[in-house]
Amino acid sequence: MTKHQSSTSTFTASELLAVNAARLMTDGQTVFAGIGVPLLAATLAQHHFAPHLTILFEGGVIGPRIVPGELPPSTNEQRCTRHAAMVLPITDVLLLLQRGYVDLGFMGGAQIDRYGNLNSSFIGGPQNCAVRLPGTGGGNDISSLTNMIVAMKHEKRRFVEKVDFITSPGWIRGGDSRAKSGLPQGGMWRVVTDLAVMGFHEETREMQVIAMQAGVTREQIQDNTGFKLRFADKVEIAEPPRKEELDTLHHLDPDRRFTS
Amino acid sequence: MTKDLVTPYATLRADTLARDRGLREKVMSLEEAAGLVHDGEHVAIGGCHMSRTPIAMLWALMRARRQDLMVSRSIASTESDLLLAAGTTKHIITSWFSQGLIWGVSKVMRHHMENKLARFEEWSHMSMGLRYRAGAIGIPFTPSRSMMGSDVSGELGADFKTLACPFTGETVVALPALNPDVALIHVQRCDPYGNAQIDGLQFMDIDLAMAAKRVILTTERLVSNEYIRRTPDQTRIPFITVDAVVEVPMGCAPHECYGAYEPFFAHMDAYADITTKDPVKGTQDYLERYVYAPKSWTDMLSELGMDDVLDACRRGRSVYND
Repeated sequence: MTKHQSSTSTFTASELLAVNAARLMTDGQTVFAGIGVPLLAATLAQHHFAPHLTILFEGGVIGPRIVPGELPPSTNEQRCTRHAAMVLPITDVLLLLQRGYVDLGFMGGAQIDRYGNLNSSFIGGPQNCAVRLPGTGGGNDISSLTNMIVAMKHEKRRFVEKVDFITSPGWIRGGDSRAKSGLPQGGMWRVVTDLAVMGFHEETREMQVIAMQAGVTREQIQDNTGFKLRFADKVEIAEPPRKEELDTLHHLDPDRRFTS
Repeated sequence: MTKDLVTPYATLRADTLARDRGLREKVMSLEEAAGLVHDGEHVAIGGCHMSRTPIAMLWALMRARRQDLMVSRSIASTESDLLLAAGTTKHIITSWFSQGLIWGVSKVMRHHMENKLARFEEWSHMSMGLRYRAGAIGIPFTPSRSMMGSDVSGELGADFKTLACPFTGETVVALPALNPDVALIHVQRCDPYGNAQIDGLQFMDIDLAMAAKRVILTTERLVSNEYIRRTPDQTRIPFITVDAVVEVPMGCAPHECYGAYEPFFAHMDAYADITTKDPVKGTQDYLERYVYAPKSWTDMLSELGMDDVLDACRRGRSVYND
């Protein structure tokens, strides 16, 4: 994977994603985290500025504390329960989303479109399926019921005009189409990539760049996007990962199973 | 719409009434328990992903050459790869199906789905749970608020329905109840009657036990009824729902059983390697070596190797170290 250079140290694209995503969280929030970059980001936020942030795992865990070097292989193994406040059935932890106890959902993505819809089911669509992907898991529930952050590599084949299949709904066809489809709450909030951080236009719900990673140009971002990307009126430059943020990530994942 | 999507209530009640629900011992062998599962039935698999998977019971079903089962599970992993490869099932209902994020997308799942050799019927994770729960509490459907606006619902055709709430008028999903013919659940301990205690993550297993028309428990330890009665607050599955109890130490290997053993990671890495290289030959070789050839479950564990067994146990028990 690409090595990025900053003034202080080098870091991988996964580490860049984790650091930028962590900075989007707020102390005191309750966050539904997937495995990999999402979990690393939430744990990083806890360590640095959000000690009262609560992680939920869809395997049925409230408030786990991750043991460095023992990152869980999925959200369903015993490593997810270490020092947790509660374990509960899968259905009940997911129902916390529906009841409204979850501030943010956070996951990775295989394919995303202009309106923040995610495909993790079929590359090529169900009829002419080129690749059958693992499917929704809790992704559809999380994206249907709360505000979402997605972290993924910024590539043209992943950022497409229209996803082949909506596994996890974003703003669907833009405007008020999400609410009209029966999803009055939540929605895609931020997309974090190795090139930029994106939000969605208040009315049209189209994806727009709100910050660029340091050293990245607008052309570079557009060239790696499969649709015409909007830029917000004010576009910031993201601060590169700090040494202490990278140190925490290395401490959590010393074998680089999720950050290589 | 799928035929008989929801079991008629009269049938559900009659089936339950016909079961022997008295306080009786029901301990048997894996082979005897496999005889309680018939070709073509809907079998729900307990646990989730690589955790508390009733591997030994599935192993017995593959050895008994069961066919055409309809399989449902919260999240499917390598156990379902093997069920496809062994021809035990061609239809899996689940929310997510792959070995696990760190191993990439399962080539075995891809081979069967992309070549249309089997069906992966996809519902969201919460929807799977609420379908089992509707089955568990004896109602034909449960309302919910996800899956709308997505193509996951579109792909389900007439099995996916919405309705207007009779109180508020808003649109909600009507998730059809799942009442599996058989639920297979592995637990840490239970008594000969089937009173089962589960440590750690429960997943969807309690609803599975309540929803199913038959329940087969495999257990790490068979304990006395007196033992259970000392801590009845720890009992998660009551004997009245249970039809068979099989004592199988390491019954989830090479997957995990909370507090007893973690996944056999080196073995799972090797499994990923051979099935990624060749999903057909890789799984057939694996089945031959670990499923068909061993003389017994103990023999299968020997094939996994003592080093791996002890390493998985050391890591598994570590949750109680601090």
